[in-house]
Amino acid sequence: MSAKTAAKKAVARKDMTMLQWTWKEMKRNRVGYAMVAPFMLLFTLFTVLPVVLSIVISFTDFNLLQWPEIVWFKNYERMFLDDDLFMTACENTFVFAIIVGPVSYIMSFMVAWFINDLSPRIRAVVTLIFYAPSISGQVYTIWATLFSGDSYGWVNAWLLKLGIINKEIIFFQNEKWVMPLCIVVALWMSLGTAFLSFIAGLQGVDRSLYEAGAVDGLRNRWQELWYVTLPSMKPQLMFGAILSITSAFGFGDVVTALCGYPSVEYKAHTIMHHLNDYYGMRFEVGYASAIAVVLFVIMIGANMLVTKMISKVGQ
Amino acid sequence: MARLRTRKHKVVLNRSAGGDFGITFMLVLLGAFMFLPMIYAICQSLKPLDELFMFPPRFIVRKPTLDNYRDLFSLMDTSWVPFSRYIFNTVFISIVGTTGNLFFSSLAAYSFAKIRFPGAKGMFKLVRTSLMFHSTVTAITNFIIMSFLGMVDTYWAIIVPAFCTTMGLYLMKQFMDSAVTDAVLESARLDGAKELRIFWQIAMPMVKPAWLTLIIYSFQGLWNAGSSIYIHSEQLKSFNYAIGQILAGGIKRSGAGAASTIIMMMVPLLVFVVSQSNIIETMGSSGMKD
Repeated sequence: MSAKTAAKKAVARKDMTMLQWTWKEMKRNRVGYAMVAPFMLLFTLFTVLPVVLSIVISFTDFNLLQWPEIVWFKNYERMFLDDDLFMTACENTFVFAIIVGPVSYIMSFMVAWFINDLSPRIRAVVTLIFYAPSISGQVYTIWATLFSGDSYGWVNAWLLKLGIINKEIIFFQNEKWVMPLCIVVALWMSLGTAFLSFIAGLQGVDRSLYEAGAVDGLRNRWQELWYVTLPSMKPQLMFGAILSITSAFGFGDVVTALCGYPSVEYKAHTIMHHLNDYYGMRFEVGYASAIAVVLFVIMIGANMLVTKMISKVGQ
Repeated sequence: MARLRTRKHKVVLNRSAGGDFGITFMLVLLGAFMFLPMIYAICQSLKPLDELFMFPPRFIVRKPTLDNYRDLFSLMDTSWVPFSRYIFNTVFISIVGTTGNLFFSSLAAYSFAKIRFPGAKGMFKLVRTSLMFHSTVTAITNFIIMSFLGMVDTYWAIIVPAFCTTMGLYLMKQFMDSAVTDAVLESARLDGAKELRIFWQIAMPMVKPAWLTLIIYSFQGLWNAGSSIYIHSEQLKSFNYAIGQILAGGIKRSGAGAASTIIMMMVPLLVFVVSQSNIIETMGSSGMKD
């Protein structure tokens, strides 16, 4: 068929089936496959295959030494019925994620929105101040110094001086304090990529939309936010939500660095810690894989749920 | 209806003084929460020993000194493996990993964005899904795969997985979607240019902010990588790991430890300061459609 007639009217292709057409397109675009091949190969090897393999191993009693034996759902039964510590870990993980995820998300958005009207130069400085903790490596250990358990710790010293306490609190070894403090540190470090994405998204909202809104009678910035800004930022809101949720669930290392492992009375014991415990210390790879699979399902599930909710906004 | 104010024929948006005040107040409050620990960290690194252990402790340093930094460097001199080796390891891993990541990711991103081959959408969605879970989930099986490939205890165990980080590909692909126009590519194709050449000579120059962002993300990740389960040999461990050992040295070393975190932090921060506008530009297209 010549290009000329094709341009005149769209004709349903009857000369080839869908499959044949796809095959033709695939051959025509083989350079496209060649270009994604190196990345996709590595991605399959280091991301897809590990997930699949985890699921497979989770049905065995693999211990790295002996040939694995298939035990089907035994690992999962043990996890949900026999492992009290796993339940503690689940509870802590959910408390942590349910607070840190949404709060960091809202904080990222609000700060980005607050600084949106500032002049570009000031905005750059403020951006740096808020973004810095998330890329500064181990600087979060300063929280351990601020809340140090002896009277040289700044917080303890003030509490003593003001007479609120009469004996130092060993914050990171204290059942009551350990979780809230970890949450605070997590929030401190949480203004990352999502925050930058929001800043860019807000800058990208067409100014004429605001003007049109003002003409249509939007009376203040809150109405503007609700009727103009949020709807036009939906893609960024989606992207930011995924990043916030994923990092809220994956916050184990910092907790270990601050409170040691195991944390006092397992008050900050998360699923990640539980996984590392069974894998790194007890070599129960089958069981650890089952934990990994559960964590995977939780993360993906939470992300799917939230992105679905956000996609409904404004519809 | 509210009165519409204009200045120079532009609509002036309604901004109440109360709202301005409230926002500034919140911003200062949150800013203090973010910024003060940073300041404290810097002060700690400049405090002489007697100020580090003073009661009551002071927030701000009174007699700043560089002693802690000097201590840090002399501690580095006494380490069993020369410190320059740790620095070399981190620099080598960061450079090779980042270069490979830039190459593989942008090649794939171009193809995903601009060559609409059957299956492209599905593949990209699969890659995108990996943003939804944390790498801990795959740590166990990754170790098994690494040992199978014989990469445990080599640089490659860190470098090769860094080639295929999702964030870089994702940002690059999104940016290409919006920054590279199909018309330009089409005319190049009509002139008979090969796809690889179009990628390199036309598309890549148009997405410089995205490169820079990808480089910075990859570099930050590799620079901040601490101890790894894949590396046992002391000679192959990272700068960040070695610094961590100093931090773990207990109370005697708290000054040097404070200095070390500041040094580690400076590199990613400076990189961000220099490239901020490019990163923000890239983030402009980071949104997730469908």
